[in-house]
Amino acid sequence: MSDLRHRLYHNGGLLAAIGLFGLMFTIYVANHPVGLTAAVAATAANKAVLLALVAMAQTLPVLTRGLDLSVGMVFILANCMASAIVVGTIGEGLLGIAAVLGAGALAGFLNGAIVVWGRLQPIITTLATGAIYYGIALYIRPGPGGDVQSDIADLATGQLFGVVPTALIILLGVVVLVWLPYRNSVLGRAAYAVGSNEQAAYMSGVPVHRAKLLAYTLAGFLAAFGGLMLTFNTYSGEASAPIAGNYTLNSIAAVVIGGTSLFGGWGSAIGSIFGAFVLRTIEDLLFVFNLDPLWQPLFQGVVLLAAVSLGALRVLRIRNRLELFV
Amino acid sequence: MSDVAPILEMKHISKHYGGIAALSDVDFVAFPGEIHAVLGENGAGKSTLIKIAAGVTDPSAGELYVAGKRVNFRNPTEAMAAGVVCVFQELSLLPDMTVADNLSIVAPPLRGGLIDSRAQRERARELLAMIGCEDIHPLELVRNLPLSRRQMVEIAKALAKRPKLLILDEATSALTAADVERVYAIIRRLRSEGAGILYVSHRMHEIEALADCATVFRNGRRIETFRKGERSVSAIVQMMIGRELIHHYPEKPTPDSGARVALSVKNLSWGQQLRDISFDVRKGEIVGLGGLDGQGQRSLLFALFGVLKGISGTVEVLGKPLRLSGPRSAMRAALPMALIPEDRKTEGLLLSMNIRDNISLASLSRFQKGLRFDRGREHFAVERMIESLSIKISDLAAAVSTLSGGNQQKVVLAKWLMTDPGIILLNDPTRGIDVGTKQEVYRLLRDLADSGVAVLFYSTDYAELIGCCDRVLVMYGGSIARELSGTDLNERTMIETALNVDDKGQAA
Repeated sequence: MSDLRHRLYHNGGLLAAIGLFGLMFTIYVANHPVGLTAAVAATAANKAVLLALVAMAQTLPVLTRGLDLSVGMVFILANCMASAIVVGTIGEGLLGIAAVLGAGALAGFLNGAIVVWGRLQPIITTLATGAIYYGIALYIRPGPGGDVQSDIADLATGQLFGVVPTALIILLGVVVLVWLPYRNSVLGRAAYAVGSNEQAAYMSGVPVHRAKLLAYTLAGFLAAFGGLMLTFNTYSGEASAPIAGNYTLNSIAAVVIGGTSLFGGWGSAIGSIFGAFVLRTIEDLLFVFNLDPLWQPLFQGVVLLAAVSLGALRVLRIRNRLELFV
Repeated sequence: MSDVAPILEMKHISKHYGGIAALSDVDFVAFPGEIHAVLGENGAGKSTLIKIAAGVTDPSAGELYVAGKRVNFRNPTEAMAAGVVCVFQELSLLPDMTVADNLSIVAPPLRGGLIDSRAQRERARELLAMIGCEDIHPLELVRNLPLSRRQMVEIAKALAKRPKLLILDEATSALTAADVERVYAIIRRLRSEGAGILYVSHRMHEIEALADCATVFRNGRRIETFRKGERSVSAIVQMMIGRELIHHYPEKPTPDSGARVALSVKNLSWGQQLRDISFDVRKGEIVGLGGLDGQGQRSLLFALFGVLKGISGTVEVLGKPLRLSGPRSAMRAALPMALIPEDRKTEGLLLSMNIRDNISLASLSRFQKGLRFDRGREHFAVERMIESLSIKISDLAAAVSTLSGGNQQKVVLAKWLMTDPGIILLNDPTRGIDVGTKQEVYRLLRDLADSGVAVLFYSTDYAELIGCCDRVLVMYGGSIARELSGTDLNERTMIETALNVDDKGQAA
């Protein structure tokens, strides 16, 4: 019983994000003119999975008490690369996918290397490298265009057995094959340790440097995965600065709504997925209630504030004012 | 012991920080199966010695041998691999992780390459049972544990690494009496299993109880190594401070029952942790708070300083009711209050800021004239404080983090004394500071009292309470069990009251 209490406590932020998403999605489906059909679900899923992947990417550096402002740019870079090299036969397409993911991981590794060995602050490092990655994307794709291997693209954005959106299955696969093993690996644990108290982690013999390197590398990999999925949705590449910037900022919002602490050491990428879903559902809600899409940023802001305030509710039951500053 | 190979040997070890020598040409030997006490004032070089042995810093010169092999540790991990494990005074736990995570942070049990959380939890249970802390749940977050429990977890974490040489740096300073006994038992068992133990402590009776031999350091040099019983306590103290101590505590004046009541507390309660507490402190009085650790003493000080919410009862300062709404209102009471916190690193100091800014932080408004901030007056006032507390610094603009523990504590004191408090609350202010600085703190408290300040002084060190205080309120289970003064104020009565037993040793 006491075990359960502790587990609930550890996952409070995640459960709150799931609850919020469940509520909003129910309202959305209940008011949708055709209800929850496979097509509605697939459209919603395809859009939501993009931000979910970028938000997962953002979670890793944040857990180490860092921040990655380049995730949106890596996302766009992967999109432009995929529109150029994920073409031809299915075999060639798969090779292209591997190359895109590898490039994303490399971009992330560079971020990590500069943070670890250059000892620069993550926020400024990734601001700079993000501009570089965006520059490369622009070089690859000066104007919108390109193509993508359509068999793979259709498979990735369609439905499994005609019901379940494949994009959700892919996201689940990423969680099971990438996030969960990472969370339970020594280096994943080390990332939490570094974010919790870097000095204490070092004194305890935790591999601080390798933990950070891996966190940033995986972030690049996941952001590139998102860019790949974007290409499968749009069948083209576009080096769009507004999209890159939006995804970066929304990824941070999703991480926070998902219950991950910006001070590091606390949270989970699964929470960020639901954080991303919440942000996406706002857009859909505006649609079903026939509100002008111009309202979207305002509502996103309100939800973000509300989600952060949930975390601040503890102020009401705090009995020692010093705990407010912990 | 020359027939046994030493577990740790240092030859001509020196360490310089900038131009200052922290250790100069030190030879030091520790043997397996022995508890070796390391003694000295803060700044004597003990911490540096430990850091070198544990791989935290490199020596500037000299050779280090572990179990007969020449070593050159580049980081703590390499030292741990060689069997040298250190329990640092500054806790090395990760606050946002569970106890089980913390205990297996470096080498968790793996299954299929991933962490086996069930096995890890089991291991945590075993380790916690080993140190007699079955009450700590393995899934509890370290940040939710009180300091004394954290320190026990820290010790369990060290034991998990099966040390050949265990270094304890002030490891018992925050522990309850019962836990201290448990730690002693663990240390003795490790000794019987052939591990070497380096034990750093400022508490003389701990060293008498535990150590097989001791080494005294002073000013970065090894003064003498001797076996248990070869030197008297006063001779050891003499070695540590290099001067004869005649009075450990300043003399107490005869109580003045006519002095005004500065602080009056009536029926103060806070949940289950403080129950119906009433007492007075007069001007010029030093009143102690005693008892076992964690009986509500800290909460009481926090309550008076306005940090806790949901307090019932009344607090009056010079007969005027005090609103308990936060430190700022406590500082503006009829007699301004000051709280010297226990954890100087988190509650007392802004470590990255410089000494001057730290000292003047609580009294900044005094130097503000209209829109102008009088830097000159601030500087002058800070200099005076530093002089009167004889804080050893190189430069006012240096970061506080560069100072030794004793001097950091003095900076905290200076900061609050600068606000000209009429009531001073102290939360275990001498924890982990050296004998010389302690004496200076005692002297300072008495001087303040003589000048009319009311002092409420919580300490975990009974001898200190008896030596310093006019009266001591012994707390038990959140209420005041008994007030001791005059001839009742002795170690025996104090311990009996603290344990809530009567003088026949029966639990009351």
